[in-house]
Amino acid sequence: MLIIKNLHAEVEGKQILKGINLTVGAGEVHAIMGPNGSGKSSLASVLAGKENYDVTEGEVIFQGKNLLEMSPEVRAREGVFLAFQYPIEIPGVSNINFLKTALAEIRTHKGLPPLDAKEFLRMSKEKQKLVEFDAKLVNRSLNEGFSGGEKKRNEIFQLAMLEPALSILDETDSGLDIDALRIVSKGVNKLRSANNAFIIITHYQRLLEYIVPDFVHVLYNGRIVKSGTKELALELEEKGYDWLKEEAHENAATI
Amino acid sequence: MMTPQDIPLYEEVVNGFNRLSAADALGRESSDLRKTRQSAFERFRESGFPTIKNEDWKYTNIARFLKEEYALGGLQGGVTADGGDAEWGGHAAAVRVAVEKARVAELDAYIVLLVNGVWQKEDAGELPKGVELLTVAEARQDPALSVYFERPADGRERYFAALNTALFSDGLFIRVDAGALPEKPIHIIHVFTGDRNLLVQPRHVWVANRQAELKVIESIVTAGGVTAGGNAKIWVNSLTEIIVHQDAKVDHTVVQTPGEGTRLVQHTTVRQKRQSLYNNYNFTFPGSDLVRNDLQIRLEEDHTETHLYGLYLAAGQQLVDNHTLVDHQKPACFSNELYKGVLLEQSTGVFNGKVYVHRDAQKTNAFQQNNNLVIGKKATIDSKPELEIFADDVKCSHGSTVGQFSEEALFYLRARGISEDMAKGLLINAFAFDVTEKIKDPAVEAHINQLISQHIPLTHV
Repeated sequence: MLIIKNLHAEVEGKQILKGINLTVGAGEVHAIMGPNGSGKSSLASVLAGKENYDVTEGEVIFQGKNLLEMSPEVRAREGVFLAFQYPIEIPGVSNINFLKTALAEIRTHKGLPPLDAKEFLRMSKEKQKLVEFDAKLVNRSLNEGFSGGEKKRNEIFQLAMLEPALSILDETDSGLDIDALRIVSKGVNKLRSANNAFIIITHYQRLLEYIVPDFVHVLYNGRIVKSGTKELALELEEKGYDWLKEEAHENAATI
Repeated sequence: MMTPQDIPLYEEVVNGFNRLSAADALGRESSDLRKTRQSAFERFRESGFPTIKNEDWKYTNIARFLKEEYALGGLQGGVTADGGDAEWGGHAAAVRVAVEKARVAELDAYIVLLVNGVWQKEDAGELPKGVELLTVAEARQDPALSVYFERPADGRERYFAALNTALFSDGLFIRVDAGALPEKPIHIIHVFTGDRNLLVQPRHVWVANRQAELKVIESIVTAGGVTAGGNAKIWVNSLTEIIVHQDAKVDHTVVQTPGEGTRLVQHTTVRQKRQSLYNNYNFTFPGSDLVRNDLQIRLEEDHTETHLYGLYLAAGQQLVDNHTLVDHQKPACFSNELYKGVLLEQSTGVFNGKVYVHRDAQKTNAFQQNNNLVIGKKATIDSKPELEIFADDVKCSHGSTVGQFSEEALFYLRARGISEDMAKGLLINAFAFDVTEKIKDPAVEAHINQLISQHIPLTHV
């Protein structure tokens, strides 16, 4: 589904990603962990098409197409979804109208007719239930006055509505209490299928107790320095990141 | 620098006033009203038309509009006081179209149609209870009502306001009986039209007596020659005086959508008495080349409440200027003002919000906010809050911002598949929302939102 090859990117002339290689297949869940400032969120932003990142080298192929050539909206319509670490509040844009607009754009792109009002409402109700998203919030302004947990749940609700092929969850667990974490994870688990894939970016192992990944990667200093299965996450929880940092430095020294 | 003699309109109005003094055109007007006209005219003759050298017109250069020739409409312009057909009869069909466009769907209102300031009574149905409606042509000659025209709010107006006082002939007089709560709002549709360049100077006086309620929606539109593609220009110089007596409430919405070729100068003075409430909602849309709104609130007694909300959406070469004044003369009055502007293309916006707190006006609460979204690369805004406070026990604040689209919000919307243009449209609507959500009547709110969508490239839902 997604092939990232030797991806280099910078922000304002500062090198952030220094050669990422990653392949994600349909039906897989990949966790990306790593210490603060290692480039995790930058990777998510580059994949979603945030314009202040310059890709200087490498390529990203999504479902056989060159992702880096697409505008953010086309990536979304092709099936890439970024659940934001800090969802933006937009007073005056109603949550539901925003979703209706987004869904219509995605469906048009796929050559599907727009859903009629009744069908949209039915789908919205069903997905709200699925991710336990409060119906009262649906008609409010986008994220305005939402608690941290409500904002994150809204991201998952949007994910459920837009049904992307690839979902990137950028520190969705940060700022969540244990109940919210459980609800968000339950939602994601219900949405997992053989046809979609998830990249879960997290700082802590905690989330991975609820959403069990197929692969775990450790990002450090703009590179993936270690990959493994879910056991790697446990090891990190126990030993921290320092041993990997040392290893990475040793490797760098020997090159 | 133009001298008054270089301005064709100056000569036209001077001649008009001289004819007025000589002829019997004023009918049975009181001698006091004649004196008021005379002194207003002298003040206008001294001040002439404003230039950018005048502090209140510093950012609003009207020189290019003053190069055009205009004929004086109304009293001394050859148009009969009862409306006559001379100026707009040929546009009857276009006037109908303009009226239909101005109508607010689903709003049950008493509709008053004014063409070039003259009430077309045939459109009137049954008046809401407690409301008295007259033409100003009648009211100004009525000895019992003359007082409303003899003493303008501060008696020192210059420029356009003085010109209106000197030469006004018609408009709409509204009076609501004490304690009356009319069941319907009054929707005034002002249509301006003509076959040649015309200066029209409507004068309106609205009075809400004690404990009365008045809800007015004004739509300002143009028809026929004065539209995009038409050749005639129209200069509207209107003056409205609103008196809100003790414990009375006035809700006043203004929707300005005249077409290109319009120069719209609107002066509104509101006089508030004890414990009265006045709400003003002002919406300006692309079209009219020049819009200058002077909204002056005189808090003449204590414990009043005032809310001023404004939204201006400017495009093309448009110049939209909102000057507001909240004059806190007495203690314990509350005023709150929020104006928001969206400047597209090469448009220019001006906001000048003055709050004056007199020495006696202790316990004043006065708040003001002006936010602007400057979108056109060549668009500009001059935003100037002005607070003058002479009392020491007051709460006053003001703020002014000028910004562009939030890149983060744009990205968030685009990351959900929404195109850049549509995302911008959504954000403009969202920006305007703070103002539109304040409109109390859902039908009017829907009407305004529809106008916003019409002017913003937005094709969604």
